[in-house]
Amino acid sequence: MNSVQAIPVGTHPFHASKRILVGYGFWIFLISDIILFAAFFATYAVLTDRTADGPSGKDLFDIGNVAIETACLLTSSLFCGFAGIGAQARNGRWFFGAMTVTFLLGAAFLFLELREFAGLIADGAGPTRSAFLSAFFALIGCHGLHVTAGLLWLLTMMAQVLAKGYRPDILRRMLCFSLFWHTLDIIWVALFSLVYLVGVTQ
Amino acid sequence: MWGKLSWAAIPFDQPIVMAASACVALAITGVLGWLWLKGHLPYLWKEWLTSVDHKRIGVMYIVLALVMLLRGFIDALMMRAQQAMAFASSGYLPPEHYDQIFSAHGTMMIFFVAMPFMIGLMNFAVPLQLGSRDVAFPTMNSVGFWLTATGALLVNISLFVGEFARTGWLPYPPLSELAYSPGVGVDYYLWALQISGVGTLLSGINLVTTVLKVRAPGMSYLRMPMFCWTTLASNLLIVAAFPILTATFAMLLLDRYLGFHFFTNEAGGNVMMFVNLIWAWGHPEVYILILPAFGIFSEVLSTFSRKPLFGYRSMVAATMAICVLAFMVWLHHFFTMGAGADVNAIFGIATMVIAVPTGVKIFNWLFTMYGGRIVFSAPTLWSISFIVTFVIGGMTGVLLAVPPVDFVLHNSLFLVAHFHNVIIGGVLFGAFAGYTYWFPKAFGFRLHEGLGKAAFWFWTVGFYVAFMPLYWLGLMGMTRRLQHYDVPEWRPWLIVVACGAVLILIGIVLQVTQLVVSIRRRESLRDATGDPWNGRTLEWSTASPPPSFNYAVLPNVEGDEAYWGMKRRAREADPEPQYTDIEMPRNSSTGFICAFFSTVMGFALIWHIWWLVGVAFVGAYAVFVMLAWRDRHEDVIPAELVARLDRANRAARRAAPTELQVVS
Amino acid sequence: MHRRAPFALAVAAIAMSVAAHASVLDPRGPIGHADKTILIDSLAIMLAIVVPTIVATLGIAWWFRASNRRARHLPEWAFSGQIELVVWAIPLMVIILLGGVTWIGSHQLDPAKPLSSPVPALEIQVVSLDWKWLFIYPRQRIARVNQLVVPAGVPLHFSLTSASVMNAFFVPQLGSMIYTMNGMATTLHLQADHPGTFRGISAHYSGDGFSDMHFDVRALPPSEFAAWIETTRGEGQALTAARYKELAKQSVNVPVTSYKDVDPELFDSIITLALPPGPGPATQRAGLQKAAEH
Repeated sequence: MNSVQAIPVGTHPFHASKRILVGYGFWIFLISDIILFAAFFATYAVLTDRTADGPSGKDLFDIGNVAIETACLLTSSLFCGFAGIGAQARNGRWFFGAMTVTFLLGAAFLFLELREFAGLIADGAGPTRSAFLSAFFALIGCHGLHVTAGLLWLLTMMAQVLAKGYRPDILRRMLCFSLFWHTLDIIWVALFSLVYLVGVTQ
Repeated sequence: MWGKLSWAAIPFDQPIVMAASACVALAITGVLGWLWLKGHLPYLWKEWLTSVDHKRIGVMYIVLALVMLLRGFIDALMMRAQQAMAFASSGYLPPEHYDQIFSAHGTMMIFFVAMPFMIGLMNFAVPLQLGSRDVAFPTMNSVGFWLTATGALLVNISLFVGEFARTGWLPYPPLSELAYSPGVGVDYYLWALQISGVGTLLSGINLVTTVLKVRAPGMSYLRMPMFCWTTLASNLLIVAAFPILTATFAMLLLDRYLGFHFFTNEAGGNVMMFVNLIWAWGHPEVYILILPAFGIFSEVLSTFSRKPLFGYRSMVAATMAICVLAFMVWLHHFFTMGAGADVNAIFGIATMVIAVPTGVKIFNWLFTMYGGRIVFSAPTLWSISFIVTFVIGGMTGVLLAVPPVDFVLHNSLFLVAHFHNVIIGGVLFGAFAGYTYWFPKAFGFRLHEGLGKAAFWFWTVGFYVAFMPLYWLGLMGMTRRLQHYDVPEWRPWLIVVACGAVLILIGIVLQVTQLVVSIRRRESLRDATGDPWNGRTLEWSTASPPPSFNYAVLPNVEGDEAYWGMKRRAREADPEPQYTDIEMPRNSSTGFICAFFSTVMGFALIWHIWWLVGVAFVGAYAVFVMLAWRDRHEDVIPAELVARLDRANRAARRAAPTELQVVS
Repeated sequence: MHRRAPFALAVAAIAMSVAAHASVLDPRGPIGHADKTILIDSLAIMLAIVVPTIVATLGIAWWFRASNRRARHLPEWAFSGQIELVVWAIPLMVIILLGGVTWIGSHQLDPAKPLSSPVPALEIQVVSLDWKWLFIYPRQRIARVNQLVVPAGVPLHFSLTSASVMNAFFVPQLGSMIYTMNGMATTLHLQADHPGTFRGISAHYSGDGFSDMHFDVRALPPSEFAAWIETTRGEGQALTAARYKELAKQSVNVPVTSYKDVDPELFDSIITLALPPGPGPATQRAGLQKAAEH
């Protein structure tokens, strides 16, 4: 070992700081999550014509409802961004206020989605009706599960900040949560365009 | 209350299963009792089960792999015995039992032997080779390991509670759908692999981030040892491929649990989609396993030839080429599905293209040996045997990539011989080479050389006796997974094959003996220097076993082959560094407890015990919240302790005769 | 290790020279012959590089052993541009050659490609059931279970499907196999050159009865085949929907049976699921069932 001087971790170009590490690792997770969605997307594309003489997207999708869902989710992302800024500024009012709005909008999104699902199932167009509907429910439902997990995470984050304050490790988690929530947005944009918009025009 | 679970789930009517279960139960009770009586349990809990040290986690992965290797190999012996006996008779295993055994054998060997073995070696060696104190995410690493262990546990529980899948190691629908497999076997398979798949993904994220972001000063990409490169490639493949597996199994689970129609015969389900998806994961999986092995062979051949790895940059390029090409060839697993000639030909040729970087690697290993002074230690033997065996396996692989050839050999024993040829001859031999090579680093003493070489010879000869006849049987038109047959010409070969399996058994017994003997004679096999092989990479520059912080002072890398360079710059004149306090992550029981809850959750899901699923989920969530609530994540190791540990190692190194003269 | 290379060569030599019983190396039809030719050609191309590589590996490893002081010693030698060029070029050229073989072979031997023959092809429809094979001769309106009777020297045009799980239809001595899958039809063209009996199998695992899913292929001289058609038309049972439903249930070792008055639309009804897929097992687990009986 030639170096006499000890080089602290995180101060040379080949060893990143903790904040970078956590963000970087979380990005890699998000990439894998996007691949998961890609598999469901591909499946949906393959099965989209396999309606087994049942209803197709054109018969089922209520684009108005989905537009409201989209608005909720996109706006919630905006407030999630505000919450991130609030956390950086250690401003409790901003942070908790914005997180609450994020939660409410996310919950509204989820409520609308579940209402759509319940309506479809009540009309006999549940996931067991055809392969197309299986793929539809799985793809949208996978996103919905992610949103649910995100809401649980959001509440946990709020409780943590309340109990522990703006510690660096908690801020790093907030960064990850923000990334997660925005990714769900991006995926939803793809879902909205490729499933719903294409679905009603076909 | 207990879902589908009842006393009928215990196979009281099957003496083989009951006897095996009794043996397993006795062994577990025995080991636990011994640990308890000797008072080792607190040590085990504090130093191992809750450890977030990448070296300890690596060792635990390898222990898991070795134990599961025994289980998977017993399955193999039973299959070989069955096929040797079952000419014009039904042998000793009825189909419903035999079918579980070959399904369990494949599942075990790929997911719970090959994978943990490779991930264990990567976990152990890569941070050391990079000159890092730790991996990027130590606690997550522990969780990943314990989730893998959960999967292995669930598969083994299926031995005596219920049944395992009877659908092969990849559960092709519609056979794996509820209509044709109404039992819990497929559910065991799916949940075990879903849970361990999450573990593998966590491990992949951790290692990718580690290689890309946690390296010693001066350790630029093109100074990284080959094993780090292959680890990077392999883990990139994990990150990209395992989500596909998760999605595919999720779809099959939805079909089975909620009546969806992804892959059913009815309502527009599409079986071909499953086959495509599963191989879009399955083919990269093959390279996830073999690439780290390539890295190990590169390290071993270079070290024991006393030469740098030949054509390093070419090797890096070849590794990354394989990493990319791995995703472009999945269709060659089902040429016989009736896709058009163009599709088949394109995927056939794409498959062959992978042989180019692989061939480059083989030739570069040859030139690494050329002009060297090769020491025939056990790792060298495994490596040379690998080259010969893998070249044969690669050849038959390319042969199967020619669609018209595949049309007559697909699913035959020729195929079985081929993939055992590359997985045993490639992955397993690599794992054994790495195990022998890094064992002294992990424990401070070498494995017994003579027994290791004896095990090597039994394994190698046994492998050829057990698998070369399978090529021939495949050409004779024998397909795989036959519980019985009535073609007399096959039988002599199947008996030869069974004898080969016995030779491999002797090899395994010798390996177990080697481990026991080495532990008993550890003082005479002790290596105080930390550099028993005259190594060239950084892991050999620290003590064996390395301290929890790996390096007292982060090494400063100034060229290729970091440690070799340091050694040549005369160790004697090496002044003592300034020691400082080191922060290391605290141990955490998160992984272990999380594994407990996921085992319960998996079991409850398999048997439809819904309330228990809820309880286990809440438990697992609570564990993570508790981890998040922790106030102190790190412990400080004081500079004096660091200095004391490092001075001891430096003294031992100075005292040892240097082998460098041999080289210069 | 040095014992291994000759052993591998011996296996290859046996494989090429000895015509084994019922093997893909003893083909009895044009497709089988062509498959075998490509197999041998590809193997030969690769052995040309694989055998020298194995010999070189063992030779280099042995010659450069630490105790051999006569060997050259190049402890620093780690790169040569020329060698790198060669080691990339050799496998690349082999693969280009083999790729050509693959491209041509895949197109010539595409299972969906009809055989060129002056004789019109015989239509045969194949249905894999749990665990037996149903062969339908739609023009002749007959069907046969677990035995395939074909005329020698006549191209055979198979349409294949499955009534339940996946299987693969494979007659090793006639050549290429193909999957059978529910809800869709695959196509295969084969021909038996001369009369004889060949072994047919399922080459894709399909459950507990899989091992018994083999059948004989009887290739008859065309005149005898015509006679066989006539006899079969006049005897046996009619394949009614009820009988098909019975046949579709899981069973093994079903004796060879002929059916007459087969609905020419039967195969299509199976593909379109107008006839529902074969049922699975009645109980969750065979072992459990046995325990319950006691």
